[in-house]
Amino acid sequence: MAQTPYEVLGVKPDASADEIRKIYRQLAKQFHPDLNPGKPEAEERFKAVSAAYDLLSDPEKRARYDRGEIDESGAERPPRSYYRGYAEGAEGRKYQPEGEMDLGDLEDLFAAFGSAGRGWRGRGGEGFRARGGDRHFTLTVDFVEAATGAKQRLSLAPEQWLDVTIPPGINDGQVLRLRGKGGPGLGGGPAGDALIEVHVAPHPLFRRDRDNIRMELPISLAEAVLGARVTVPTITGPVTMTIPKGSDTGAQLRLRGKGIQRKKGPGDQYVTLKVVVGPSGDPELAAFLEKWAPRHPFDPREGTRS
Amino acid sequence: MIAFEELLDRFAGLDRRELSRWVENRWVLPERRDRTWIFHEIDVARVELILEVRREFAIDDEALSLVLGLLDQVYDLRRQLGRVCDALAAQPPEIQAAVRQALPRATEPDTSRD
Repeated sequence: MAQTPYEVLGVKPDASADEIRKIYRQLAKQFHPDLNPGKPEAEERFKAVSAAYDLLSDPEKRARYDRGEIDESGAERPPRSYYRGYAEGAEGRKYQPEGEMDLGDLEDLFAAFGSAGRGWRGRGGEGFRARGGDRHFTLTVDFVEAATGAKQRLSLAPEQWLDVTIPPGINDGQVLRLRGKGGPGLGGGPAGDALIEVHVAPHPLFRRDRDNIRMELPISLAEAVLGARVTVPTITGPVTMTIPKGSDTGAQLRLRGKGIQRKKGPGDQYVTLKVVVGPSGDPELAAFLEKWAPRHPFDPREGTRS
Repeated sequence: MIAFEELLDRFAGLDRRELSRWVENRWVLPERRDRTWIFHEIDVARVELILEVRREFAIDDEALSLVLGLLDQVYDLRRQLGRVCDALAAQPPEIQAAVRQALPRATEPDTSRD
């Protein structure tokens, strides 16, 4: 069933003439076809709104409609040729803005839209050649792969992938450009590039500090006091490290050359020690400490007093 | 094609001075012929558009000048775009396919970035 003119305007059947006029002006502004080129639905709405307003703005017609003497199309306008129908044709050139976009031929258009110096090439006679578009991807690699370098296969589409070499020490957000791996060129033009933005996932232990790797290593009280040889993870696998006697929380040990491998020389891994007593404390240790009277007492909070 | 006087008759409420001013402002570009103006179909449609914009949308001369300027730019772009589409339609299918592939689809989110 067709909408009533009241429904078309979205007003109540007892709306005042002023109300109807206000709503109509709002809708007409919104859907005027000449203000909505390329939106055929706007023209439909505009026609419907205009027809509805034609009927409702005329008290006599509105009364007849309300009495059921005429239907909602009773006041339809004769078909109208909108300006849009001409403006987009050749005759519309008459109203072309002066000196703005007088594009003599297609080549000027490409020059206007293509970036300077690259992109559109060739003369009109031989068709046009164009460099293909760049394609953008993102790739997330894990921390160790980013640190040591890796090869990754990026899936573009079923049966279509791109092999990406991640250089050692790539930074989060760094963009890799693979020449010629973007969109195909047109008319024999070169292909565009693939631009891959690499994201580095955080690691639970390691942190990057330029070419160095930093981590915190928990050690026991005994290891701290007596010294120990412990196994420490690095980006290239576990290594053995010596903890010197009497190491404190916060002491920093360096594993030379265990950072990011660079041609100019590798970075290092820095291990910060953290002494951990244990969840409940050892009762024997507690008993010992209660009896223990240190021969060289010291105050760890000496420097904190004001 | 209709003459100035006929055009005045066609639209109720279009007044002579008003229409003359539109022509002077170069909002409408009729053809000058034998001391009168001849309006082509496009000019008539444009007059009707201006009439509506002025009356129904309560837009004054200054704003109307801006509106027409913007509309002319939009239509100019659409004409140029139409020419590009025509030129593409005349290309061999593989070039058309390549162009289609190179155009990002505005209606779909770019899933390649996930």
